[in-house]
Amino acid sequence: MSEKYQVSSSPHVRAKDSTSRIMLYVIIALLPASLFGIWNFGLRALMLILVTIASCVVSEWVFDKIVHKKNSLPDLSAVVTGLLLALNLPVSLPWWEAVIGGVFSIVIVKMLFGGLGQNFMNPALGGRCFLLIAFAADMTNFNASRYEAYSGATPLGMIRNEGLSSVNVMDMLTGKISGTIGETSVIAILIGAIILILLGVINLRIPASYIVTFALFMFVFGAQRFDVTYVVAQLCGGGLMLGAFFMATDYVTSPVTPMGQIIFGICCGLLTGIFRCFGANAEGVSFAIILSNLLVPIIEKITVPRAFGVVKEAKKNE
Amino acid sequence: MNKYTERLYNGVIKENPTFVLMLGMCPTLAVTSSAINGLGMGLSTMVVLICSNLLISLFRKVIPNGVRMPAYIVIVASLVTVVQFLMAAYLPSLSKALGVYIPLIVVNCIILGRAESYASKNGPVESIFDGIGMGLGFTIGLTIIGLIRELLGAGTFFNMPFLSAIEGFTPITIFIMAPGAFLVLAFLVAGMNIIRKKMAAKGKPLAEPAGCLSGDCAHCGQSAMCTGKSAAAGKTADSAKQE
Repeated sequence: MSEKYQVSSSPHVRAKDSTSRIMLYVIIALLPASLFGIWNFGLRALMLILVTIASCVVSEWVFDKIVHKKNSLPDLSAVVTGLLLALNLPVSLPWWEAVIGGVFSIVIVKMLFGGLGQNFMNPALGGRCFLLIAFAADMTNFNASRYEAYSGATPLGMIRNEGLSSVNVMDMLTGKISGTIGETSVIAILIGAIILILLGVINLRIPASYIVTFALFMFVFGAQRFDVTYVVAQLCGGGLMLGAFFMATDYVTSPVTPMGQIIFGICCGLLTGIFRCFGANAEGVSFAIILSNLLVPIIEKITVPRAFGVVKEAKKNE
Repeated sequence: MNKYTERLYNGVIKENPTFVLMLGMCPTLAVTSSAINGLGMGLSTMVVLICSNLLISLFRKVIPNGVRMPAYIVIVASLVTVVQFLMAAYLPSLSKALGVYIPLIVVNCIILGRAESYASKNGPVESIFDGIGMGLGFTIGLTIIGLIRELLGAGTFFNMPFLSAIEGFTPITIFIMAPGAFLVLAFLVAGMNIIRKKMAAKGKPLAEPAGCLSGDCAHCGQSAMCTGKSAAAGKTADSAKQE
């Protein structure tokens, strides 16, 4: 990109921000959740994370070679996609299914649409949803957790089937539960989110509007209405936190306008609430975010800010 | 190449209805969950197409121009009814699998397209060969899509265990569901576009997609409805856009 925009000779202020730098920050911010996942689920989680990242990196490199594009690996986005995808997989998933997910994310969701910046959908979530439909049984098998009390079902599933009393909300907060590799510990994810916010990589508009909308929705329409503990359990369970801070905030697939970002967060929150309350599955974060990704062009169209000095058509006529 | 083999080549390769003309996408996407279904759909369409091309070609001087569409529909619908009853009687399982898509052959745009653009202007024998060529092209297209989807999504080859016989094989079920149809079709069309480029480089271009049947707007039966035409030069919609 830098070659393309060097147009004038004046002294320019050069910002430190570049795609690879931002991606590096995201990787650093994902480390707490990754390390907790590895500690929680054992070395197989590390193996799965490495395999998924490798499949994303290799497929991006091969695709660039085949279509004679400039090698796009240095922007690190393939590593981020692989890491995010791995954090969204259950630890018992066969490694070759993770490889298929990585290839799908990179080749079909990202590269075929023109590479980073052109993809219409978050690649990691696209890959996860593909795997969820393709290998439904393996993707919802959470038997490998080291916590006997929760083996076999995620807390969300247990709340749905056996009621709120069957889960311990404190364990859901710290992450001593079953689930995908990276989604279990709310605390580890929040540490990463705070790093991203302090570094200025993301702002709070999308995550805050997402989480607030979702909490209000669950408070009013959830299985146990007007019960604060239930709402907290829903907030800590499943991929909501990971999705709100790391997936919904993806630069490429979220609106650029501030108002649009808030609308986008509300869309995500409403859809997640609808899927969790009335859907067939206990979880709905990934489908909610990729559906909202598809709405981004429309959201941006209706929230284009007025240019300075331009008067609205209607006002001019008065 | 005489004009009959030219018709076959035209239907299977140059104007392949599935991969080149992109006609009849509804059955292409909906019934190709297995190779048998694709083959069955392709063959039944081919039978209807051959007979309708023959009848329309025979009656082309009798049918008044103003009511040609209703006349074609009557002919095609009668033939489809025959095929539907034959299938229900002799191939009940296939008939069940294809379901509503058999009666929907009536409105398959390949059949009306061929009637409009070929059978209504040419003699019966050429029209039969045109029907065979187009029908074969459609059958091949549907069978390939069905084959790939079945192999990946269920691990079977014409309902026989193939990949699924391997220990530890997990089928990628998404491929026998609706999204798989779009993915497989997209990849096959992408492959066809590579062939299209090579053929164009060799000076033997394939037909343009998006329903343009001949690229010859002046003589095209659908020119009244077509929005992308450039009648004066007789160019196709795509080449006109590029200018």
